[in-house]
This record gives sequence, structure tokens and C-alpha cells, in this order.
Amino acid sequence: MRRFSWFNASALTLGFAFLYIPMIILVIYSFNASKLVTVWAGFSTKWYGELLRNEEFLNAAWVTIKVAVISSTIATILGTMAAYVLVRAGRFSGRTLFSGMIYAPLVMPEVITGLSLLLLFIGIGLDRGVLTIVLAHTTFSMCYVSVVVSSRLVSFDQSLEEAALDLGCSPFEAFRLVTLPIIAPAVISGWLLAFTLSLDDLVIASFTTGPSATTLPIKIFSAVRLGVSPEINALSTIMIAIVTIGVITASLITKQAAIRQARDERMAERPT
Amino acid sequence: MRRFVLIAVPYLWLVALFLIPFVIVLKISLSDVALARPPYFPQLDLSAGWEGLTSFFAELDFENFWFLTTDDLYWKAYLSSLQIAFASTVMTLLVGYPIAYAMARAAPEWRPTLLMLVILPFWTSFLIRVYAWMGILSNEGLLNQLLLWLGAINEPLTILNTNTAVYIGIVYTYLPFMILPIYSALERMDDSLLEAAEDLGCSRLSAFWLVTVPLSKNGIIAGCFLVFIPTIGEFVIPSLLGGSGTLMIGKVLWEEFFSNRDWPVASAVAVILLLILVIPIILFQRNEQKQREAEG
Repeated sequence: MRRFSWFNASALTLGFAFLYIPMIILVIYSFNASKLVTVWAGFSTKWYGELLRNEEFLNAAWVTIKVAVISSTIATILGTMAAYVLVRAGRFSGRTLFSGMIYAPLVMPEVITGLSLLLLFIGIGLDRGVLTIVLAHTTFSMCYVSVVVSSRLVSFDQSLEEAALDLGCSPFEAFRLVTLPIIAPAVISGWLLAFTLSLDDLVIASFTTGPSATTLPIKIFSAVRLGVSPEINALSTIMIAIVTIGVITASLITKQAAIRQARDERMAERPT
Repeated sequence: MRRFVLIAVPYLWLVALFLIPFVIVLKISLSDVALARPPYFPQLDLSAGWEGLTSFFAELDFENFWFLTTDDLYWKAYLSSLQIAFASTVMTLLVGYPIAYAMARAAPEWRPTLLMLVILPFWTSFLIRVYAWMGILSNEGLLNQLLLWLGAINEPLTILNTNTAVYIGIVYTYLPFMILPIYSALERMDDSLLEAAEDLGCSRLSAFWLVTVPLSKNGIIAGCFLVFIPTIGEFVIPSLLGGSGTLMIGKVLWEEFFSNRDWPVASAVAVILLLILVIPIILFQRNEQKQREAEG
């Protein structure tokens, strides 16, 4: 029934060309010997060398990674708790407000989130730096984590947990031995999402940081405002490469896990 | 007890770092700018007791909101943000729909790969994806070089630092948000419906309009909101690709805060931006809920 369609083939080709050509150009020009980004002057890796010698960029990268690891880890814990509360805790006073506070940051413009957090930090006299960025990133990314985790919690069979409780598990053991392994893929993807959101964030970090902590996006933004630079191209290429490898690895792992799970289920169903 | 802790920890975190900051913005939007640290007045002085509280509330007023209506920079910025967001949502739909459609019609073994190709840019830094266009759209950029070489133009077009560049940037960065919901709606569609329509005498085109489009309606609505809502407050795209003529409210708020250091006006700008966003957000939630009920 499915015929080859010129319309579909060209929609896919043009669409993916549009999505990928700008990034491919960026990668190609990171290997350009010329300082002028628009003139090709032969292959060179010198901008990567310059980048590795640029202390400011290295420091910013270190701050960014530190912030991303800490904030995504706290966000995953808080987000999983919040998801559990939303799906399992039943009714309690203030539930509507709670779910509102979970969903609102997802649609809140970053400028508003950043401004409001900054005004809070100034109001309570907290020195701005790594700590304040971590607090800010944790707050908005925990909401993303809880959305991802709660969609998994909704779809899973609660009787498994009840069985564990009946068999003598404490509620915490039941969570650790039954619930957590089942929702683990969602928790991990929630962590990854929180991590990339934090790595990526310019606006909220700009509002909530102080002179002591400059993150990579802030550094890139101030460099890029003055125009295109080959060093930034090199940096972008490294970041694109890391993300590509990460996403492909993650998808291969989940695929294998799905295959293994399907096999286990077949084994379990086989009459003995 | 355990349940109480489980609820209290994320609850208090969000109250402290989401709700209270918001109340502070509201409060400062009603204050006056002052040459002090922090640069606004009045300050809440709890040590003065009840009197401090009453004098504090007596000093709050809507002056900043009044100021926003008198200076036409602000309402022009709101209007142009809405207009840019609306136009770029329509453009993203026009670009995204055919891609989502072709993905849903592709052979099933190809679909996971295509889906990953759409999601991959989403994981890549937003800033870098916007930056990639700066080198392409500038006067000496690759697009102009290509067009000059082809002989399509005689002198370089000015695209960077105009609204055109902003539109291109928005369509490019938000395209996955449009494709994914439409794709998931189209993928669920039963092919036999199209066959039935054609058997009953529909042309392929009218079968598309009468069957495919209505069945993907929820995906289209979700995609449009996912593009429209964040675009209104967008800051990075207008400040890197737009020019001095590009008025968007996210950029105005940023400059009001960082360049003019007028915190009360910046807060008032934020409050009104949020009031504008409430309408599309409620519509979006209602659409999601309807969809969930239809599925559940």
C-alpha cells in the first residue's frame, strides 16, 4: 500500500537539511584556519588549541558543570518526591496550589523567573554566586523532572507496591526495591533533562549570578554579541559532539533494555 | 509522619523559591525607584510594628503601571512581541506540518531514527543553535555568498539584525516543539480512514483536508501553544539575531533591569507580561485536559 511519495521524501530532506545544515556549517568552520569566519583558508585545529589555553573559558566550563551536576541531582530527588506526591499522596490541603507550582515554571518566561529569584536573593541578602545559580536551576528543573517521573508513575501497576508491603516490606523498602527500579528510566531521563537545561541556561543564570561565578552560556553570550568567532565555533563543536554521543548512547541503552525486558517477560510467561 | 515529610519538602521548596519571589516582584512593581541599595522604596520595616506595616502599604501605588501606559515603548513592545510570536507560530506550523506528516507516513522501521533526528537538536544548546545563524545570515555570511555566486542578487541582503532573522531563528529553534505533537497525533491515525475516504470518492487532497487535518487538530493546537507561549517572552533570539528595531518584551525587561537599573518598572513589565500569558496558558491546559479525557 505504501508508495514512494516525492512529496514526503522532499519534505523530510528539506526539513532535516534545515535542521542540520546550520550546525554542520558551524562544525566545518571551527576547523577553518582563517580568523574571518566567512572565508575558508584551509584546515586547522588551532582554535581548539586556543580554546584549551583560554583560562576564562575553562573556568566557566568548570563552574557550569559543577552547577549542572549539583542542581540536576537535587532537582531529581525533589522532582521525584513531587511526582510521588502528585500521583500517590491523594488529597491534602493545598494540593491545587502544589500542582500549580509544579506546572507554572514550565511555561514561565525565563526573564520573569530570573528576575523574581534575583529579587528574592537580594531581599534576603544572599551573596550571588554558584549557590544562587544552583538554587535557581534546581527550582525550575525539578518541575521538569516531576512531569517526566509522574507520567511513568501513573502508568505503573500499584498492586506491585501493595504486594511488597503485604510481604513485609517497610514503605521505604517497597519504594527502593519495587517502585524505584520500575521508574528508574524516567528518573534517569529526568536527571539528564535537568542536567542539559542547566548547562544550557543563559537568562536565569545571568540574573542570579554574581561577579564570582560566570557560566559557559554567559561567557558565550558576551563573546557572541560582538560577532562570530572561530573559538566559539570550536567550543560549539565540542558541545555538539558531546550531546550527540550522549543521546545516541542513551538511545542504544534504552533499546537494549527494552529488548531484555521483552525477553524476560516472555520467559516469565512460559509455562513451567 | 513520613507522608508529611514527603509532601512538605518539595512544597516548601517551591513556596520559598517560586511563590515568594513572585510576591516580591508584585510588591516591587508597586514601589518607587530610589537611589539606594536596593534601588526601590518603600522597604518593609517590621521592627516598626503595625505602624511600619501601614505606612508601607500606604506608599505602594500603581504609578509604574501608569508609566507603562504613557510611554509608548512598552505597549509597542507588547504588541510587537505578540505579533512576532503569532506570525512565527504560523510559519513554524507551515514548516513543521509537512515534516511531521512525512515522518508519520515513513516506513515504521525508519520512524525511531527520524524521531531521534528531530529530538537531537532539542538537546543541543539553544544558544549555539541561535549563534549558528549569525554566521549564515550576516552581510558577508554564507547565505549572501551563495546568492551572489548564483547571481540571484547583485549586492548582499541585510538579513542579520532584522525581524526576518528573528523569524528564521524562532522557526529553527522551536521546530521540534511543533513537529513532535503533530507527529504523535498523525502516527496514531488509522490509514484505513484515508482509504475509505478515497473509496467514497474523495480526491487525495480533499481526503487530507477532511480526514487527516481534523484528526491531527489536537497535535496542531498543542504544537502552536508550545511555540507561541515561550516565544512571547523570548530574549536570546531577538538580542542576537534582531536589530535595534526589533522590539520584544523579554529584551525590554532585560534592558530595563540591567541597563536602566529601574527595578520597579522591570517588575511591572514582568507582571503585565504574565497577565498576557495567562490566557494562552489556560487555553493550552484546557486543550491538554480535553485530549487526556478523550484518550482515557
